[in-house]
Amino acid sequence: MSAQLLETVTTKINTRLPDAIEVAEMSYDFPVFTIKHDKIHAVLKFLKEDADLNFHFLTDLTGIQSPDEKQLGVIYHLHNFPKNLRIRLKTFFDINKPEIPTATDIYPAANWMERETYDFFGVRFKGHPNLVRILNVDEMDIFPLRKEYPLEDQTRDDKSDKMFGR
Amino acid sequence: MKEIVKRTKLEIAKSPEGLEGPGFFATKLEDVIGLARANSLWPLPFATSCCGIEFMATMASNYDLARFGSERLSFSPRQADMLMVMGTIAKKMGPILRQVYEQMAEPKWVLSVGACASSGGIFDTYSVLQGIDRIIPVDVYVPGCPPRPEQIIDGVLKIQELVKNESLRRRDSPEYKKLLNSYGIE
Repeated sequence: MSAQLLETVTTKINTRLPDAIEVAEMSYDFPVFTIKHDKIHAVLKFLKEDADLNFHFLTDLTGIQSPDEKQLGVIYHLHNFPKNLRIRLKTFFDINKPEIPTATDIYPAANWMERETYDFFGVRFKGHPNLVRILNVDEMDIFPLRKEYPLEDQTRDDKSDKMFGR
Repeated sequence: MKEIVKRTKLEIAKSPEGLEGPGFFATKLEDVIGLARANSLWPLPFATSCCGIEFMATMASNYDLARFGSERLSFSPRQADMLMVMGTIAKKMGPILRQVYEQMAEPKWVLSVGACASSGGIFDTYSVLQGIDRIIPVDVYVPGCPPRPEQIIDGVLKIQELVKNESLRRRDSPEYKKLLNSYGIE
């Protein structure tokens, strides 16, 4: 069922937007597409507006940093309610230029999720109406879930490196 | 049948030292005020997580903090004597906790309940305040994760001891002003 969905969606995207898909694969029983970051907006728009696919619901949007630490990514989870179909989209870009177009014009629900992704990973969503921090303190000057920043609070001096593996 | 032993030496509030005679009792005003304050501490519960759940048990009938004169919770800081901070305080909540403390009228005491409020606890992370004593002065720390209701009551009793023995002039003293100034208050 899901493998068939992978095939259908791949064919449809390739017909409409050739070269947009980098990788289309099954992750366990879940269809996952890696999309080029300059095509992600067009792909999302197509997946939502195509009457047959009808991925009209954005379940989740979040950031990810690849293990080599040089790339940042954004992951979209899409859902088609009437047929109960789900897919996952990934897109990666250079960590030194973390910019991708916003999805708020397609899915209004992306507003807060993109703010959260900006808050924790520093991804700048071009065209977002209000791209400011949503969860962390406004004065924070780092993006805490990026691997270059330590997770621990840096103001503590009562923990020795030897005991706590800093 | 076992005989029921009647306890006669039960003391509710021990009277302060003083001169006693037929029809009169003389003592220091400071001691009387301390006694009155200690046995009617109005707590302001600032509960953010599991320590707050333990506090609910502390207030309920089994442990019953009312036995020690603290049954009247004050949800307005202006009418509270004792700020009980129970739970993890995120850095984003720091300024709010501080504002609550500043709104309380003197004299005021602070009880830090649990590992998180006292030191950040297991949350050694970018988003959590590493102990509330970084933003407000604390009188008594209660250890535990979370502490049992007995421990919270013990902490309140320790505060009562502080209240009983505090000089009436302490809050006007330069040392106290200096303490507040070190936290940037006033």
